[in-house]
This record gives sequence, structure tokens and C-alpha cells, in this order.
Amino acid sequence: MQDTLQYVFSSNGLFWLFAALALLCGCLVILSRNPVTSAMFLVLTIASLAGLFVLLNAFFLAAIQILVYAGAVMVLFLFVIMLLDLRAEQRHRIKLFGVIGGAVSVGAVIAVLLRALYVTKPGANLAAPEVVGDTVALGKLLFTKYVLPFEIVSVLLLVAMVGVILLSKKDLK
Amino acid sequence: MKFEALPWLILFLPLLAAAAITLFTQKNRGVSAGLSIGAVVISFLLSALFVKLNGFNPPANELAVNWLSIGDALRIDFGFRLDPLSLGMILMVTGVAALIHIYSVGYMHDDPGFSRFFASLSLFTFSMLGIVLSNNFLQIFIFWELVGVSSYLLIGFWYEKASAADAAKKAFITNRLGDFGFLIGILIVWAALGSLNFRPIEQALADNPEALGALATIGGLLIFCGAVGKSAQFPLHVWLPDAMEGPTPVSALIHAATMVAAGVYMLCRVFFVLNGEALQVIAYVGGFTALLAALIALQQNDIKRILAYSTLSQLGYMVMAVGLGGPTPAMFHLTTHAFFKALLFLGSGSVILAMHHEQDIWQMGALRKKTPVTFWTFMVGTLALAGLWPLSGFFSKDSILALAYHERNYLLFGVAVFVAFLTTFYMFRLVFVVFFSSAKSKHAEHAHESPGVMTWPLRLLAVLSVIGGFIGIEALFAGQLAADASEHPHGWAQLVYPFQHAPVAAASGLVVFALGLLAAWALYGKGGKDPLPEKLGALSRAMRDRFYFDELYEATVVRMHDTLAAIAGWFDRWIIDGFGIGLIRGGTDFAGRALRLAQTGNLQTYALLLALGVAVLLVVVLAS
Amino acid sequence: MNVGLEHYLAVSGLLFALGLFGVVVRRNVLVMYMCLELMLNAANLALVAFSRFTNNLDGQVFVFFIITVAAAEVAVGLALIVALYRRRNTAHVEELATMKL
Repeated sequence: MQDTLQYVFSSNGLFWLFAALALLCGCLVILSRNPVTSAMFLVLTIASLAGLFVLLNAFFLAAIQILVYAGAVMVLFLFVIMLLDLRAEQRHRIKLFGVIGGAVSVGAVIAVLLRALYVTKPGANLAAPEVVGDTVALGKLLFTKYVLPFEIVSVLLLVAMVGVILLSKKDLK
Repeated sequence: MKFEALPWLILFLPLLAAAAITLFTQKNRGVSAGLSIGAVVISFLLSALFVKLNGFNPPANELAVNWLSIGDALRIDFGFRLDPLSLGMILMVTGVAALIHIYSVGYMHDDPGFSRFFASLSLFTFSMLGIVLSNNFLQIFIFWELVGVSSYLLIGFWYEKASAADAAKKAFITNRLGDFGFLIGILIVWAALGSLNFRPIEQALADNPEALGALATIGGLLIFCGAVGKSAQFPLHVWLPDAMEGPTPVSALIHAATMVAAGVYMLCRVFFVLNGEALQVIAYVGGFTALLAALIALQQNDIKRILAYSTLSQLGYMVMAVGLGGPTPAMFHLTTHAFFKALLFLGSGSVILAMHHEQDIWQMGALRKKTPVTFWTFMVGTLALAGLWPLSGFFSKDSILALAYHERNYLLFGVAVFVAFLTTFYMFRLVFVVFFSSAKSKHAEHAHESPGVMTWPLRLLAVLSVIGGFIGIEALFAGQLAADASEHPHGWAQLVYPFQHAPVAAASGLVVFALGLLAAWALYGKGGKDPLPEKLGALSRAMRDRFYFDELYEATVVRMHDTLAAIAGWFDRWIIDGFGIGLIRGGTDFAGRALRLAQTGNLQTYALLLALGVAVLLVVVLAS
Repeated sequence: MNVGLEHYLAVSGLLFALGLFGVVVRRNVLVMYMCLELMLNAANLALVAFSRFTNNLDGQVFVFFIITVAAAEVAVGLALIVALYRRRNTAHVEELATMKL
């Protein structure tokens, strides 16, 4: 028992935990009938991904992920779901062609990606990881090498805001 | 070479005149005639000037501009070959053409298409000069076709007459058959020797007589095909008599003096390409044509038809001479024939005009008193044609007879002598019926002489027909074409040369002249009607109906052609249009409809197809 | 067994496949959009994993920007969906097939 817990809370174990959680919640996102449930499961997926980020020493990003994605984006989703009041769409006949087609195409993509992974073995000759993604390091990069995209992204956000206001007007006269 | 620009001017002045008349001066008859006559007379004077400055044999005798080159394989020049053969010809062509141009002012005086006539005549002069001056096969072929076009325009000059339009078509199409063979012959020579220009080909064949290999005979015979078409040899002789539908000056210029001579000229120009077997065939074709045409001429009753068949017969003589290995006699006879045949045709034009466009000789008679100048010049022409010493025709015909005798081809010698007899006979038949005896119709009673613009060319040509035998024409051509030029005499010795050199031939010629004259006098001296049809019966009818060649061609060649055309039409309509195009049309329609099914408008279908596409792309990219 | 780069990439790939499957199968516009976000997150994971294992912080900066842009995109996308819903009164993707030929 001690060993198991030890293992689970080691970095390897935590990886399996978070990975399993992310995949499970991902499945539930696509399988839930109720959109609200899907949204909730997506939040959980995002949270587990944040955990994975922490395991990868990307602390700042993990925080941002929770703050922005889970906090703002998903809330936005929930607002819209509730605004549109989508309870009506519960039971619709599943189109068999769609499912099979989807399974085939997705299966093809997966097969290609996994085969690529298997063949190239990207992790084979890597140096030992030593970089730590804390705020200071990230900030330094952001304000020196990537300062132009940084500024552009701020303009982008402004544009998005203006666009959203325009689009959600009741009548666009 | 001095004054190198002269050949260009000589060639292109008539073309400029034709263009100017067609574009600008069609309404103004005087200016049109002036432009046309001016162009050809200036060309003649420039030719004479050029010969005066450079002699007949300029040392550097080619002027060429590279027109088109395709790698090393094909090099096409536009150039002039200036040696005795071509320089002699341009003098003859421009000279005779100038006289006929002047004559036409009188003959075509009342015709509404006066300017058009002169434009076509100038175009023809340009084309003929192009043939004569060419230095390579392709250029001669181009001008060959141009001459055919001019001939078409001029034969069909009175195009509202159905017979004229048909005759023009017949001439062009028959010529086309010959030209097809000519083109293939040119291609064979080019493929074997790699060049289209005459000088390199001559050089290659001199270095290696077997250069043409197995195709030598075929190539030579195919090139001869061009001459068969253009010079109306058997079996493509059928167009020349019908070509008499054109105005008489046209018959004189094109179908007596120059265009039909182009075939003989071409054979002499490329004589080095013809090997022994080809020459044999050529000789026999020429001999046969001469005999056939002379027989037909015996029973023709239209003055121009008689002269047309006479032309055919004399062309047969020339081709026979080439075939026997003598381009010099052929060219000599070509030149003298141009003089007296043009004279005869122009004289017949004068007669036709006097008879108010009546052409049947049995409606004429006793014109000797009414049209004296025409009579005397026509007589000179007839005597020259029949070969009386010392007129030009005697010397040229004798050189051909002598050649046949010398080559020991006694069959062709016999044929040639017999044809000389027939020639004298039918020409004097013509003369006695038209100019002697009594007038057989009202037109004949009221005939009067033609105006001066028509009689002066007749007089000039008569003089040339008399002196043409001993002014050195033969020596000129022999200098280039004959193996041993030193033999030929000069000066007054030329008058008696035939009797010393080949007495049998000379004597035979004079004997059959006398026989023919006597026979014609006996049968036709009194005029009245033709006694031959009763004496010869069916043979006479066959001669009059041209030995039924036209009907034979109609039944075989024309019918076969129509069948082929019908088959091709069916194929085009059903297979190509119906099946081929239908397949394309149906296929495109089907493909469009199939592709339309992919545009469902459904987002998820698009996403699905997107994913599939990405997967396929990844596989393709990563697998390679 | 030590968790290496391949494991993270495998997880990322599977998440991406799940998101793709969701886009193809689900017919509710909003759920489709959420699956789209899932795909984006999978890409983020892959980038961070690469960044960590090749000792290069640029991957993390890239993810930073992706998150920002994703936020803006979600805002605009949802505004569009709302406008579409107001017009057509349906969130069912099959009824929005006006671009059918």
C-alpha cells in the first residue's frame, strides 16, 4: 500500500494518473448527451492537462491554463449554453454513417501518428531535461525575443473584443 | 557580281504592280495597264542590263538570304541562282510577257475586268520569274504553286461562264496531283542528301553518284511527277485543252510559252537528280504524249484547241529530249517554241477578234486578204513550228531528232519523225482552212485587221521566230548543260551545222515537212468540208473526242474520290462527333454530377473528409 | 519505466483523436466547438512536452500565445454561434446546411 501510494505520487505515477484522467474526461466530453455535462468534463480535462504541465516543469503555463482556459473560456461556454437553452436537443438518432466514417478517419489519423512515433523514437537520444519554465524565464523570453508577437496579440484581443460586441448586437443596422 | 540588287528588283516589281493594281487602281484602266506593262518592261530591261554587266556566267552565281533554320537538319533559303539557264529564261520570260502584256491592251479592250486581268498577269509574271530564279527545292515548289494559282485565276477569268470555272478547277486539281508527287520526291531527296539547295545536292551527287540509294529511281520519277502535272504530259494532260477557256493572251503566255515550260525547265535544273531508269521512263512518256496529242490535233475544229494540242505535242518533244539525256536540246526547243507558239496564239487571238469571237475554223476562210499582217505572221509561226530551214523551229527540232538518232533510240526517233509529219499536216490544215479557200460565214466576209497594239507584238515575235535558231541560244545553254560545249558552233556556221553534224535527222525533218505540206494541200487546199471523218471513220471520231480520256477519268478517278469523301464524311459525323465528342460530353457531365455529391453543406461531412484527407496526406508524405 | 517524450506525445495524439472524433460525430454546434478546444489543448500538451525534452523554452512561449489566441477565438466563435442561433433558431448542425449544392 505504501509502495503503491509512493508510486502514484512519484512523478511517473502522477503522469499516469493525470493522463488517464485527461483521456477519460475527454471521452466523456464527446459521449455526454447533455451539453452542460460535456462542458463540465471539458473543465476537468483542462485541469488534468494543467497537472501534466506541472509535471513538465511548465509552472507558469499550468497556472495560465487554469486561469484562462478553465476559468474564463469554459465559463464563457457555459454562459452561452445556458443562454441558448439547449435542453431540447437530447435525443437524436445516431447516424451510423457518421460514426463509422468518423471512426475510420480518426483511426487513420491515430494510426499514422502512433506509427510515426514508433518509427522515429523522438525520445531516444535526448539530453537530460534541465529547463524550468518559471515565470521569470518565460517573461524574459517574452519581452526580448518575442516582444513583437506579444504586442500583436494584444491588438488581436482588442479586435476580438470589438468583433464580439458587433456580432452580438440584436440588429445590425 | 555587280549590281546585286537587280535580281531582287526583277523578281518583285511585277508583284508590286499586282498589289498596287489590286488595292488601288482597279477603277482606272489606263493606270492599271500602265503599271503592269511598266513593271514587266522594266524587269526585261533590268534583266538585259544585268546580263550586259555580268555576262551570262557570273562567277559568284548565288544570292541567298537564310529564311528559316531548324537546327542542322533543315535550312531553307530564299535565294537566286544566276547562271546561263536562269538568265536566259528570265530574258525570255520577261520579253515574251512584255509583248503579250502590250497585246492584251488591244485584245481585252472591251472587257469589264480589264484591271483584274492585268493584276493577275503581273502576279503570274512574278511567280514564273520566281520559279526560274530559285536556288532551292522548297522555293521552286512555293513559286510552282503560285504559278498554279495565277493560272487558276486567269483560266477562270470569265468566271460567270460555268465552263471556264470548271476548267480552272480542273487545271488546278490536276496540277495538284502532280505537285503531290513532286513534294514527296523533294522529301526523298532531302532525306537522302540533307539539303534542299541545288548546289549542295549537285555536289553531293557528283561526289557520290549512289547517294540516293535504292530510292534514286523513285525519287527521280516523283520529281518528274511535278513536270507531268505542270507540263501536261500523259496522263495528266487533260487540263491543258480545257484551259483554252481563258482569254487568248493567257493561253499564249501561260499555256504556250512559260508556265507549261516550267516543268521542262525544272527537269533541266535538277537534271543531276534523275538516274538512268528514271530518264528512260521520262523519254517514253514524252514520246507518247507527243504522238497522242498530235493525233488528237488532227481532228479538232476549234482554232485554239488545235494550238493547245500542238503545245502538248511540242512539250512531249521537250520532255523526250530530257529523257534521252539532252537538256540542251530541250531548253533550245523550249525557247524557240515560246517564240513561235506565242506568236501563233496571239495570231489566233487576232483572228478570233476579227471573227467576233467565233472560234470554229469551219466558219472562217479567205482571211488572207482581210487580215494580211495576221496572215503573214501566222504563216511564219506555222513554218517555224513545222520546221522549215532556216527558221528557228528547224534548228531546235532537229537537235532533238539528232539526239534520238545519236542515242540509237530508233523507236523514239521514228515517233518523233512521224509526229513532225503530223505537226506539219495539221498546222497546214489549219492555215488552208482559215486563211485560204473561201469565206464560210458572214463573220469571215466582214473581217478586218486588228489594231496596231496587237499587230506589232506579232511582228516582233515573227522576227524572233525567224532568227531564233542562229543567235546563239543553243550555245548559251550548252555552255552550262552539255558535257562537251566546245562542239557547238557560233556565228554563221550555225546555219549549216545540222547538215554536217547529223545529216539523217536533218534530212528526215525536211522530207516529212514536204510530205505533210503536200498531204494537207491535197486534202484541204480547196476548203469546203473535212474529208477525213469519212476516210477514217471511227478513228477520226476517237481523235475528235480526245481518245475518251476525260470520260475515263470521270468514271474512275472522280467516282473513287467521291466515294472516299462520302466515307470520310460518315466517319466524321458518326464516329468523331457522335462517339468521340459524346463520350467527352457525357463523361464530363457524369464527373460533374458525381463531384456535386460531395458538396452536402453539412459541416460534419466536411470535417470527416478533412480528417481523412489529412490522414492520407500524412501517409503519403511520411511513407516516401 | 521512466516516462519519456513518447508517452506525452501518445497522450497528446490520443486526445487529439478524441477531439476529432467528437467533431465528426456530435451534431450539437456547441459540443462540436468544445471538442475543437480539446484538439487545441492536445496540441498545447505536445508543444510543452517537446519544449521540456529539448531544453528549449520557445515551445512554452508558443503555448502561451496559443492560449491567448484560443481565448479570443472562442469569444468570437461563440458570438457567431449566438448570432446563428438567433437567426435559425437551432443549434443542430444538420439543419444549418444552406451551402448544399
